[in-house]
Amino acid sequence: MKNSTDITSSELESKTAAHKHLRRIFSREKIRREVWISWGFMLPALLVYAMFVLLPLFLSIYYSFFRWNGVGPMTWVGLKNYLTILQFPNLLGSIVNAFKLILYFSFVPVGLGLIVASVINRVAPGRFGAVARTVLFLPQIIPLVAAGIIWGWLLAFPGLINEILRGLGLEALTRAWLGDFTWALPSVGVIGIWVLLGFCTVLLLTGMSKIDPALYESARIDGASWWAEFTNITVPLLKQEIGVCLTVTVINALAAFDIVWVSTAGGPGNSTSVPGIQIYLLGFSQRSVGLASALAVMLMLLVLIVILPIQRLSRETR
Amino acid sequence: MNKNFYRLIAMMMLVMLITACVPTSTTSPTQAPEVVPTEAVEVPVEAGPPTCGTEPVVLNAYFETGFDIPFKLAEEFTKQYPNVTWDIKQDQFANLITTTPLLLSGDNAPDLLRLPTMVSFAKDGLLMNLDGYAAEFGWDEWPVPQLDQNRVAEDGTRGSGELYAMGLNYSLTGVFYNKEQAAQIGMTEPPKTLAELDALLAAAKEAGLQPIMMWGSAKSGMGLAFPLQQLMAAYGPVGPINDWIFNKPGATIDTPENLLAAQHLERWIKAGYFPTDINAIEYTDAAARFGAGEGVFTFNGDWQNTGYDTAMPGNVGFFLMPPLEAGGAPAAMSAPLTYGIATKAKNADCAAFFFNWVATNDEARTINVAIGGSNPGGPLGAMMPAAAAGSVTNETLAAGPVVGAAGNSMDFIANATSAIFAQGWTPELQKMVGGEQDAAGLLQAVQAEYLRELAQ
Repeated sequence: MKNSTDITSSELESKTAAHKHLRRIFSREKIRREVWISWGFMLPALLVYAMFVLLPLFLSIYYSFFRWNGVGPMTWVGLKNYLTILQFPNLLGSIVNAFKLILYFSFVPVGLGLIVASVINRVAPGRFGAVARTVLFLPQIIPLVAAGIIWGWLLAFPGLINEILRGLGLEALTRAWLGDFTWALPSVGVIGIWVLLGFCTVLLLTGMSKIDPALYESARIDGASWWAEFTNITVPLLKQEIGVCLTVTVINALAAFDIVWVSTAGGPGNSTSVPGIQIYLLGFSQRSVGLASALAVMLMLLVLIVILPIQRLSRETR
Repeated sequence: MNKNFYRLIAMMMLVMLITACVPTSTTSPTQAPEVVPTEAVEVPVEAGPPTCGTEPVVLNAYFETGFDIPFKLAEEFTKQYPNVTWDIKQDQFANLITTTPLLLSGDNAPDLLRLPTMVSFAKDGLLMNLDGYAAEFGWDEWPVPQLDQNRVAEDGTRGSGELYAMGLNYSLTGVFYNKEQAAQIGMTEPPKTLAELDALLAAAKEAGLQPIMMWGSAKSGMGLAFPLQQLMAAYGPVGPINDWIFNKPGATIDTPENLLAAQHLERWIKAGYFPTDINAIEYTDAAARFGAGEGVFTFNGDWQNTGYDTAMPGNVGFFLMPPLEAGGAPAAMSAPLTYGIATKAKNADCAAFFFNWVATNDEARTINVAIGGSNPGGPLGAMMPAAAAGSVTNETLAAGPVVGAAGNSMDFIANATSAIFAQGWTPELQKMVGGEQDAAGLLQAVQAEYLRELAQ
């Protein structure tokens, strides 16, 4: 029973101390009833979680041991799908691409988000700050498919970005950004920055609002510069929020699908292909659900391996 | 407390993101076990072929978004047979690839649906075997190549065996050209040999025109598969190409003739005949840019006729890809606009009657040509509607019988397996454009991918 109170809800956890005292006064029956009631409150959420998160997760693992086209009979193949995936000609390239995307999807939005958030927090907390926050957050609201089309136009050879370069006399730099072997991945990365910067900024701003203003005031009385405030107060106290930002954006990079699919679909010549695209093609084009599931499970493990150290770091010395 | 909360949130997001990549797993399992593979469905034997009867019938149909032709045909059908009404749902082609298995195995299986692919559906018993209808309606006696592409043999190869689909019409590919610009480079009549086409392309480049407009973005699929296959059919016979597409045992795309064709395409790329940004151009952009005068030639199919006619009325011409030697027979890709009937369909007879009506009714054939731009096929001697004067459809319709008479029609190399286009042709041809792949490597890589997919 003790174990179950530990993992149930924050509310219960905070009551643990009180429980210890009450246990002496009230009968065990009453406590047991309270636990049941709290489980009752959580049941709807747990059911939804189990149905839409846990079930698909376990089904994916289950399917990964079968050869199956999604409709016909399923054939047990054991670990063969995993071996096939490891021999997949394009596997290594797409994993390397996913790691390259961390730079654009994660490091830049978090770094830039910190700077933007602290500028908004210090310089423009009023109406201008609200406008800036809204503008930066907009990409989270615009459907990504529409955004992908717009970015496609902007980055096209006869597109706006090349027109601007031509206007500046930089004709030599113009190219079909999303169709260029060298520049397609960085271009996808820029779209990722655009999408994720607002998310990070808003999350970090929220964290900043929890920092005691007295800390900044005393720092300013001592004559601290913006940079000194930033490095000595803001960043250390935002360690947790930065951890969440990094976690979410690294997952976005490693498990990337939508941004890549709507901008390049993995082209040209697999130069922007990522595991998410390969899972889609295996599952839906090739209709090898077992292979797609095996790759998805491997991707999940890869994400966990990368994410767990970040989680640990952001928890330490807080 | 916070710590645990964030950890939970992070874990939830992670799991959701990952599982989002494999949505089949959430949707298909419940339906899958219900599928009972069935053999050829017996068509009830009555006097004469089946009809839609006189009782009210609601045909449950699934069409492809963006193409008017099935909708217009359905409308006309109801006009002629008022007891038949339609419940039409539609979706993009790419979505149809993912939803078709679920539609076919579901409780409300469509009477009539656009088929993106068919071999696996036929093998799984989800598609109705149409041989019974073919015999009753006399489709068997139609000029031969029409039904072949819709046949699936026991071993899963296409091209022969049992009939699982019908074409609403039969598309044809070749070379479209901008008449004004062609005149400008001195083209008075379509080239008769590949060498003549080469000379015209060089002249276009010389004149500062865009010689060929094509698309090549991975989002649309690499359009250079069109000129490549046309070149393959110019250098060698179409038989081995079709064998490869239909997955005949031992078939290979990596043949000496195909190598010559791929090398020819590589020369065109190196000569700068294609747009420099081809790897980023989508299908619709290429069609629009050709329509706006960018490109003397473009390789495409007659489904684009209406679009070209609208963009450049009277200024679009068409010719079949010329053969290697003068007097040789031209070849072309030609594929039926494939529709099928679900094994579990409730109104299969009426759907089959509709197929027959599309091919034989004069009004339906007229709609087919006017809206679809493609050959309506059907029995020998069926009425051939005339297209509007000045429409490029007149030229594609005239070209069809030339290819038919030579027996030189092919399916698309992009259709050999369900993922060969996305995983083979598109990336490898894009690499060729980017100078990262050569002709020999292209064919080897695609053949390896083909064998990899067939083995799975």
